[in-house]
Amino acid sequence: MMILKGIPASGGIAAGPAYIFRHSEVGIRRETISDPTAEIARLNAARDAARQQLQTLREKTEAEASAEEAAIFDAHAMFLDDPSLLEMVADVVNREKLNVEAAWSDGIENFAAQMEMMGDEYLSARAADIRDVGKRVIRILSGQGETDLSGLSAPSIILAQDLTPSDTARLDKQFVLGFATAEGGPTSHTAILAKALGLPAVVGCGPRLSEIASGTDMLIHGAKGELVANPDEATRKQYEKLTGEASRLAEQELKSAGEHAVTKDGRQVEIVANVGSPSDAVSALKFGAEGIGLLRTEFLYLERSTAPTEEEQLTAYKAVLDVMETRPVVVRTLDVGGDKQLDYLDLGKEANPFLGWRAIRMCLDKPEFFKIQLRALLRASPGHDLRIMFPMIATLEEVRRSKALLAEARQEVLAGGSPVADHIQVGIMVEIPAAAQMADLFAKEVDFFSIGTNDLTQYTMAAERTSEKMAYLADPCHPAVVRQIKRVIEEGHKAGIWIGVCGEMAGDPEAAPVLLGLGLDEFSMAAPGIPHLKAILREWTYAEAKKLAEHVVNFENGAAVREYVRNYLHE
Amino acid sequence: MEKGKVRVINEVGLHARPAALFVAKAASFKSDIRIHNATKDGKWVSAKSILGILTLGVEKDHEIEITAEGEDEVEAVKQIIALIESDFA
Repeated sequence: MMILKGIPASGGIAAGPAYIFRHSEVGIRRETISDPTAEIARLNAARDAARQQLQTLREKTEAEASAEEAAIFDAHAMFLDDPSLLEMVADVVNREKLNVEAAWSDGIENFAAQMEMMGDEYLSARAADIRDVGKRVIRILSGQGETDLSGLSAPSIILAQDLTPSDTARLDKQFVLGFATAEGGPTSHTAILAKALGLPAVVGCGPRLSEIASGTDMLIHGAKGELVANPDEATRKQYEKLTGEASRLAEQELKSAGEHAVTKDGRQVEIVANVGSPSDAVSALKFGAEGIGLLRTEFLYLERSTAPTEEEQLTAYKAVLDVMETRPVVVRTLDVGGDKQLDYLDLGKEANPFLGWRAIRMCLDKPEFFKIQLRALLRASPGHDLRIMFPMIATLEEVRRSKALLAEARQEVLAGGSPVADHIQVGIMVEIPAAAQMADLFAKEVDFFSIGTNDLTQYTMAAERTSEKMAYLADPCHPAVVRQIKRVIEEGHKAGIWIGVCGEMAGDPEAAPVLLGLGLDEFSMAAPGIPHLKAILREWTYAEAKKLAEHVVNFENGAAVREYVRNYLHE
Repeated sequence: MEKGKVRVINEVGLHARPAALFVAKAASFKSDIRIHNATKDGKWVSAKSILGILTLGVEKDHEIEITAEGEDEVEAVKQIIALIESDFA
């Protein structure tokens, strides 16, 4: 048995025989030539053929993997036609009378080496791409075919020094169980492809990978970054158990996803989905969503040159509401500005778009524009449980003005002869600390609160959530955030309204028990997370969760909260 | 000859898609356009070469200098700078 440790690149566990993938080496002769023009013409013909091959690979990859993955071949085509590279090659051929194979591979190596030396992961990966293009042309010039892959005729784990996009595009995916490479990092091409295909991958396994022979029994554990050759009986059993457990668990959770999330002592909470388009709504039901806790309406507004009409919006809202029948659907009104531009609205450029003129702030300044959305929503409401939610609320005046516009829109719809549901709940996103602080007063104005924990965290910690450098400030489990959530829930309940969370936190297995204990009524999350979260909440009693929540608000930081939650049930 | 200087605000610098967009924009002009990374004070490369641009290692907040020479040099520098300032929108 040999165990190799590498870098986890894509999760999953698989067992199967090794298939060794080797590039055919292309030898390059160096010689003096007499006719530079003919030499350049040979190169151009080979580039034409290469461009054809890339186009074919692009189409194949788009069909098998994704458009994103296929885009790599667009980059290859750009390298193939790069003016600086071509100028350099032509210069050497003309002046030094060097044959084009040698001049081309020198040119390729010149750029690849420069990029590799910059010590940047992304550029190193591009260096591999450039060499890949280089070899493609050389193979065509020397009349060699592509690497023989006919040996791959049974499901196998692919072992290679490194894999280029051209290699993986030609692999017959039905026979691939996983990937392991000696080189490469977590953002290498192999890693990206494996994730897109949902297959395990371990990269950077080191030179000992080449000691493994074709057909060797292999185990691969993507998340652990582990590769085992010739496993002993105990290891094999352990892997079998892991794969079995993981898939059994997921299967079980999905099977019971349609049932409610009820704690052991009988508290039931509502589990609903965050949805960004009508098609998301259909899949949300399959994962056991009991409604929609956040319908983002930006999909209607983005990537187009004119504003969506009332009729267009009505059709889209109707589509979602029809899918959900009488289940609750919370629709968030338009939330754009600063970081998301619209061609047909001048939103301006701002130094701090997250602190800027956006969402309800912009909508209240453009009441006629805003009312188009409100009328469309009201017209879609009959026969459904539509709930309307205003984002980025900081002041009571904003809520009152929004409600006044909604009342105007209702009058306009009724005057136009269309029916409107009698009661439509109105709520706000609590995502600005000002709203959390004033929750007692806001609670008298609305039917519900939905806490946007992503933004509430970013505004509490004063750290833009998209910045990698400040990722350590982005934990909603930080007691500074948890205390605000506690306050919002308490004040909301005092006023008799319900409270939800529609940030990532609601679906986070380490955070959800705290929210349960704080008394949260509704958890809204990306639909695929619903089965697992329901299973987790069913493990708890409300009494225990309450004790847990009371305890963690006094902790010093988010990491301590998470650790405490992780250990709680094991004690 | 027209010259210009601009700070790259794009998160990934002149890599990946922004690099491709940059080259496509430069290639749409007749002028000879050259670019260099002023922050690293490195070599000058053709703005129409994706390989050249990638080797400049332009990251977020780096300053780049652009020169253009030819019939549409003024428009070329103006539009390229606008592309970078718009964060490749």
